[in-house]
Amino acid sequence: MPSLGTSFGRGGATTFQQDLMNADCVTIMGSNMAENHPVGFQWVMEARERGAEVQHIDPRFTRTSAMATRHVGIRAGSDIAFLGGVVNYILEHDRWFDEYVKRYTNAPVIVSEDFSDTEDNDGLFSGWDPEQAQYDVTTWQYAGTKVHAAAGQREKGFSPSRVKGEQSHGGHGGGLSHGNPPETDDTLQHPRCVFQILKRHYARYTPEFVADACGCTVEEFLAVAESLCKNSGPERTGAFVYAVGWTQHTVGVQLIRTAAIIQLLLGNIGRPGGGIMALRGHASIQGSTDIPTLYNILPGYLTMPHVEHYGGLDAYIDMTTAPGGWWGNADAYMVSLLKAWWGAAATPENDFCFSYLPRIDDDNSNYWTVQQMLKGKVKGYIVAGENPAVGSANGKANRLALAKLDWLVVRDFVEIETAAFWHDSPEVESGELKPEEIATEVFFMPAATHLEKDGSFTNTQRLLQWHFKAVEPKDDCRSELWFYYHLGKKIKERVAESQDPRDLPILDLTWRYPTSGEIEEPSADSVLAEINGWDSTGEALAGYKLLKADGSTSCGCWIYCGAFAEDKNQAARKVPHWDQSYAALEWGWAWPANRRLLYNRASANPDGEPWSERKRYVWWNADEEKWTGRDTPDFDAEKKPDYVPPDDAKGPEAIRGDHPFVMQADGLGWIYAPQGIVDGPLPTHYEPHESPFLNPLYRQQSNPRRQKNPDLAEDPYNPPGSDVYPYVLTTYRLTEHHTAGGMSRFTPYLAELQPQMFVEVHPDLARERGLKHGEWATISTARSAIEARVMVTDRMRPVKIDGTVRQQVGLPYHWGQRGLTTGGAANDLTHMALDPNVHIQEVKALTCDIRPGRRPRGARLPDFVAEQREIAHADNGAAPPQPAETKDTTVSKR
Amino acid sequence: MSALAEPTGAPAAWPNTYGDEAKPRMGFFTDTTVCIGCKACEVACKEWNLIPEDGLEWSGLSYDNTGELSANSWRHVAFVEQAKPLKLDGELATADGGPEPLRWLMESDVCKHCTHAGCLDACPTGSLFRTEFGTVVVQEDICNGCGYCVPACPFGVIDKRDLPRSPDDAPLALPLLGKKEDGRVWKCTLCYDRLKGGHEPACAKACPTDSIQFGELDELRGRAQKRLEKLEAEGWNGPRLYGEDPDDGVGGFGAFFLLLDEPEVYGLPPDPVVPTAQLPRLWRTTALAAAAVTVGIAAAFLGGRE
Amino acid sequence: MGFSKLLESWPVVRQLREGDALGLGRAVRSEKSRTLKPRIADADHVGHSICPFCAVGCAQLVYVKDGEVIQVEGDPASPISRGRLCPKGAATKNMHDGPLREYKVKYRRPYGTSWEELSLDDAMEMIVDRIVATRDETWEEETPDGNPAKRTMAIANLGGATLDNEENYLMKKLLTAIGVVQVENQARI
Repeated sequence: MPSLGTSFGRGGATTFQQDLMNADCVTIMGSNMAENHPVGFQWVMEARERGAEVQHIDPRFTRTSAMATRHVGIRAGSDIAFLGGVVNYILEHDRWFDEYVKRYTNAPVIVSEDFSDTEDNDGLFSGWDPEQAQYDVTTWQYAGTKVHAAAGQREKGFSPSRVKGEQSHGGHGGGLSHGNPPETDDTLQHPRCVFQILKRHYARYTPEFVADACGCTVEEFLAVAESLCKNSGPERTGAFVYAVGWTQHTVGVQLIRTAAIIQLLLGNIGRPGGGIMALRGHASIQGSTDIPTLYNILPGYLTMPHVEHYGGLDAYIDMTTAPGGWWGNADAYMVSLLKAWWGAAATPENDFCFSYLPRIDDDNSNYWTVQQMLKGKVKGYIVAGENPAVGSANGKANRLALAKLDWLVVRDFVEIETAAFWHDSPEVESGELKPEEIATEVFFMPAATHLEKDGSFTNTQRLLQWHFKAVEPKDDCRSELWFYYHLGKKIKERVAESQDPRDLPILDLTWRYPTSGEIEEPSADSVLAEINGWDSTGEALAGYKLLKADGSTSCGCWIYCGAFAEDKNQAARKVPHWDQSYAALEWGWAWPANRRLLYNRASANPDGEPWSERKRYVWWNADEEKWTGRDTPDFDAEKKPDYVPPDDAKGPEAIRGDHPFVMQADGLGWIYAPQGIVDGPLPTHYEPHESPFLNPLYRQQSNPRRQKNPDLAEDPYNPPGSDVYPYVLTTYRLTEHHTAGGMSRFTPYLAELQPQMFVEVHPDLARERGLKHGEWATISTARSAIEARVMVTDRMRPVKIDGTVRQQVGLPYHWGQRGLTTGGAANDLTHMALDPNVHIQEVKALTCDIRPGRRPRGARLPDFVAEQREIAHADNGAAPPQPAETKDTTVSKR
Repeated sequence: MSALAEPTGAPAAWPNTYGDEAKPRMGFFTDTTVCIGCKACEVACKEWNLIPEDGLEWSGLSYDNTGELSANSWRHVAFVEQAKPLKLDGELATADGGPEPLRWLMESDVCKHCTHAGCLDACPTGSLFRTEFGTVVVQEDICNGCGYCVPACPFGVIDKRDLPRSPDDAPLALPLLGKKEDGRVWKCTLCYDRLKGGHEPACAKACPTDSIQFGELDELRGRAQKRLEKLEAEGWNGPRLYGEDPDDGVGGFGAFFLLLDEPEVYGLPPDPVVPTAQLPRLWRTTALAAAAVTVGIAAAFLGGRE
Repeated sequence: MGFSKLLESWPVVRQLREGDALGLGRAVRSEKSRTLKPRIADADHVGHSICPFCAVGCAQLVYVKDGEVIQVEGDPASPISRGRLCPKGAATKNMHDGPLREYKVKYRRPYGTSWEELSLDDAMEMIVDRIVATRDETWEEETPDGNPAKRTMAIANLGGATLDNEENYLMKKLLTAIGVVQVENQARI
């Protein structure tokens, strides 16, 4: 979550679910929490019962809306316009938390005079390079600072100007020193201070603009804005809750940034009942980012080296280290990781085996891989516990890509669509794929469930919770731990005699984990112990502060250091909640350092006193000269509130005693992000990649920096404003199913609760298109067409945009070809245009057509889709006109 | 009201027949104002009670694909979409000047465990009985599938399980149904076995928002009254208790509800009456004859053993 | 059976003795009902687990008898879930032992039209063969510009958000060591 990382320092939810009960206002947006996180939602209900307002702002009236004290329906894809309106409201009506904003955020910081705003450039920030289609962020920097460049080298992968995505934790703040940006204006009046830039940037986001752009009423918007404002300040706090309804846009990261700005202005970060609760959809999706199975980062958000990095470890560390804050110790984190991986072979003389690391390109993410597969460049693919044939955008492109592989390994509980693509898929039905012509060799490996293995999940609030094996896996079922451990062991055996330098990283890799039982299951405890790390005597480390850069410590993931403190599995702690405080510090273990509410120094005023008795959480105990409270203080325990760093201070020592954001180079919450995000220092409303509307603000229609594939025939786009695809389409989950369905469509008790794919439409749209409740409809885009049963409902509200009523179409995305209940896969309709920061697809707002009746069968399906595409001029590749940027800039400003 | 009831308004055969074994009468208070319609209750019930999957038919009735309580669905969440405001005053009443008001009611229905239970009165085999917890339970080791109880339930709760559903049906994946397959009647037991072990019923335990509250019925009734007063004070639109009144046609429910509209809206009978209310009059006329027969049978039975 | 016991077993006698003349209460309670107890009372052990679906992180109690899971329900001790589960969490056992769960390796050869049987050992050896061969054939020591690359772009790995931290760790560690950079998971979806 780079938006949270850039704004506050860490890419994780700033708070924990139980703390939502302390909120005076819970604003749920981009999330359908009651449906998708029902048990976490109990804390929202607790808040409601205590009198809190619960606001749900969402295109659909969902089970969350039904529980809210206010639901505001908006058009899918207009969230930044809405939230930008809230920022404007706060600034216009003097509703910001003045002392918090002045002391804890970068609002007073003066920005380079070379910076110019989207408001000045018709939708582009300064530094736009139209040829590269990317920004040079130099002009976005604070006045008096330069983009940090290492030893005169132009190292693309490491320049902070390119630090992005998950790497952008603690925005490294090049050029900052001893905890203060060089130029500030504490009166917030300087025309180039962040506060004034913000004011100008959002000046046009008036309530009337919001109503027109989002399709709500002025009154609805004002009610939300006022509720946010009146439930903030020293005595009150409000929390935001979001999920992939925000992330899955071509402006996903910026969308979350808008909420971060609001929460900083209102003083809601680091305080009980405040914060931004990021709700994750998979059991360990936070964990799989912390200990990443992601191409661009190493454990603990250390960046993977880039092909354009040609220095050694020193250059890497120079570029990765921040001048202030805890990223100042990046050398210790990296060296300890290299020691964990290559053990005795990693020495100061050989850069601790830094050269063993493979190098990445700008984008080697999932959707890039799919394209490489389509080009035949990827030979082998291992899929473990994911179902891209249904769950990834543009399912057809994904399945066609699988058919280009030489070999495919699928590990799952059931034969999911990804394993079955070669004999049971829409393309086999249409004849586009024929089993006897597909060369892909497929290995289906049955997986063990969580009941059949030990291990830890990291939940949505950064909490590691251990699950104990209850029963043995049967027959061939095995854990991923078993699979990758034995795979590694066998690969090591294969190259044991090799003299080839390329095999050294394998030969030297530490790979000794005790195994047990007949199947030789490796010990998950021993893996967590390695992740936690130890010192030179083999003693388990108690926390990341103990890590050293001299090779005397080993640690597999520095932010998890402490999870095995005292040689005990801290994640396995299960002290009942009734035996401890509500923060429950002895249940599992949360990174960092077992803190539950991040940046909690901000729950006290600059002097270290609680802002109010009602919102007391962590404070400075002057008698004992330390920070104390209900949680582990997220601050140096003994750093006084009035501490001012000496001029030569580095790392954590460079953070002032009244700067709560200890991961940031300047210790401040970033309202304005001078670096870390590739598509702008401030969020701006752009239309989705596919939209029936023109951007009401700029000629620049959509995010100029978004990733798209204009040359990829398999990923054609609906042109903006196309009459062929006139409706807004949004996709989502239901309580009764899970993601791509592998764990629910195949499970009788869940399959029966939602046994068929359906499409939700408003009665007016049903009339307009002749759709009948309970009968079939065909929904189509330039990619494909699927069928679904029609659910006509007032819950699917039309929106009035710029005076015209527009209809939205809702599709759950759980279904596919297989399982106890089957149906059209919504992701067959979606495209692969992406957010540029995190390469995430835009499946929450696109366009479609809907017609009554079942979809064409067999070969007539691709023919039908192609015909529609032709009418819409939507073909990629050779077929003009392009639905891309050229079009964007030719549409006239309204 | 059925004269089968004790004069106290307590259920027949409880607690008096249990002597020291008697437990407080246990029940459910289902507060629909916090129900999020997640159906955890339906699934938790099925997992615990080993109930088979109940068909993969899509209903199109909002998000309700269970349809009704049946032998294979002992909890059923009803969904009602309404053009009504959730509150009568305040912002929600007018939806902030926005579109038409809309609310989505959800209610987890279950066997009412009536004070005067028609099913129990109708059961000729002693399979249905009143437990020491005051609940009404089918003893599957006794039930012979006669089905007399089915029409006797004013709520249509108790139901015969037909397995397999047709000769061509594949065997269901989750049998564990005992040896008689099946023809017997099934319904909520208020997790009789769990209660005996000191555990709360599976549905109430799972319920994420505590919409289903389990406890001693007297205590639940007090709690519900307070809840109703709070909601009324907050201006909610239409809160009412359903089935908490010991003077209603079934003597009050052991599992009662807080609704936000008329019971019919949720598919519940507005004024349920136990159909066996007339039974006592009939019983009186047959009692004498029965007594005579009893003497005869006893003589024959005892004589035959000697 | 002795006479008095026999007599007591006669329902009418029980009904009269127990003040349950109508046979609605204890008198008709069967022996099975009398001795009924929850099946979890017979569990050999109770495991502590965490729900595998979403990221709320509800705690689960797993009751096991004779090596089989007999019940999964919420763990009241959890400060997050307080013993509650949603329908998916409540269906954990149904997912775990569902009718479509696969227990054996299945193999589809190139151009094959049906699955074939394959032993787990053979499958592992064949997968290792393919990884090693593909890596060798497609190794990039350097980029075309002469910068170090040290990688293969012909192998990719997907998945992780449903897996354990320890599994993700071994996955990332191993794949990085063999030069696979296309390691991705559901964080992108």
